[in-house]
Amino acid sequence: MICRILLADLCYKKNSLSRFEFVHPIREILERSGFPCKICHYLEVTDNVLASYDKVILCGTALKDNAYMEQIESFSWLKDLNKPTLGICAGMQVISASFGGSIVPQPAIGLNMIEIIRSSPLLGEPRQIEGYHLHNFAATLPEGFLRLAGRNDAPVAFQRGTLPLYGILFHPEVRNRWILERFANL
Amino acid sequence: MKLGVLFSGGKDSVFACWRAREKNDIACLITVVSENADSYMFHTPNIRCTKLQAEAMGIPLLSWPTRGEKEAELEDLMAAVAAARDQYGIQGVVTGAIESVYQAVRVQRICRCLDLWCFNPLWQINQIDYLRQLRSFGFRVIISGVYAYPFEESWLGAELTEERIQSLAGLQEKYKINPSGEGGELETFVLDGPLFKKKIEILKASLSYAYYRGQYIIEEMRLVEK
Repeated sequence: MICRILLADLCYKKNSLSRFEFVHPIREILERSGFPCKICHYLEVTDNVLASYDKVILCGTALKDNAYMEQIESFSWLKDLNKPTLGICAGMQVISASFGGSIVPQPAIGLNMIEIIRSSPLLGEPRQIEGYHLHNFAATLPEGFLRLAGRNDAPVAFQRGTLPLYGILFHPEVRNRWILERFANL
Repeated sequence: MKLGVLFSGGKDSVFACWRAREKNDIACLITVVSENADSYMFHTPNIRCTKLQAEAMGIPLLSWPTRGEKEAELEDLMAAVAAARDQYGIQGVVTGAIESVYQAVRVQRICRCLDLWCFNPLWQINQIDYLRQLRSFGFRVIISGVYAYPFEESWLGAELTEERIQSLAGLQEKYKINPSGEGGELETFVLDGPLFKKKIEILKASLSYAYYRGQYIIEEMRLVEK
């Protein structure tokens, strides 16, 4: 059966100009790999919407777009969602905040080396990769989560125990498309 | 939101402007005019022609000079964006960046410094699909510069047609070029598009070409009714 993926658009409003930059590239990568996607603004994600999809990706936002931080309660469905979920950048921050972690200032713009320190189905074996960062904030590691990448400060990637709930701080749509394909194939 | 578009007159900035205009107010176009033909950041052939494109679209143009020295030109870009913020009250900047992390990162940093939004509506778009979209939405684009093997002189001044797009797709497969030219292989100039109230007609142009590098320089042009 074909896996259907819900892309939660975390941008400051529905159909914003930012969606072309943070949501459409992810849809294009996944659909070219054979995984149909549907975009839904995060304020419109409901249990009914979620029921129609096999996996969920929480997409990133523009550097100056922090509106999602004021709406963390809109993601209460995350705690009960029993489906593979990936949070990218702002999406990772939302996952952390929803599970008791905190969003903390940690600006980064550009390509940086990322140290994968723990093996996982999403990122594979420990090694270094180059990733594209675009954020003013990062997120702390909530209780019960494992640090997958990044040794200093906030984690660059995490996983909730052995469950398929992941967060990555960098943008895989730039130079690391394999991560999206790997998530779709989990 | 009131936005300023980093505007070179090439297809990417014109298309980004059109996309941004759908739901935002484009307060001005920002053109950085580089004296350096090999500028890392700024498109150079026909850059002075952006004035007529701005007039065709009815959008104010802020033209800003730079000597085009590698990192100093970024200070000039920041000054240009700051001037657009002060003069036109822009809250954000739009670019036509597609794949270039080099360009995108630098504009993102400038916007962060100036507390402005940054939008890249073509970011990571499939380039061949995008070239076809340009045609289907009514953009008329000509090739104004070639800078890589195997582009022959016949590309200069040629309009971007379906046949040319197919050639670019073939060159992408064979030589790994960026079909949209963002790697510096090609430069373009837009004569008409959905935001143009009048279209541009070229009256006189000159050509220079040698060893797979060449430019199509527009010397005289005018606006005509569509």
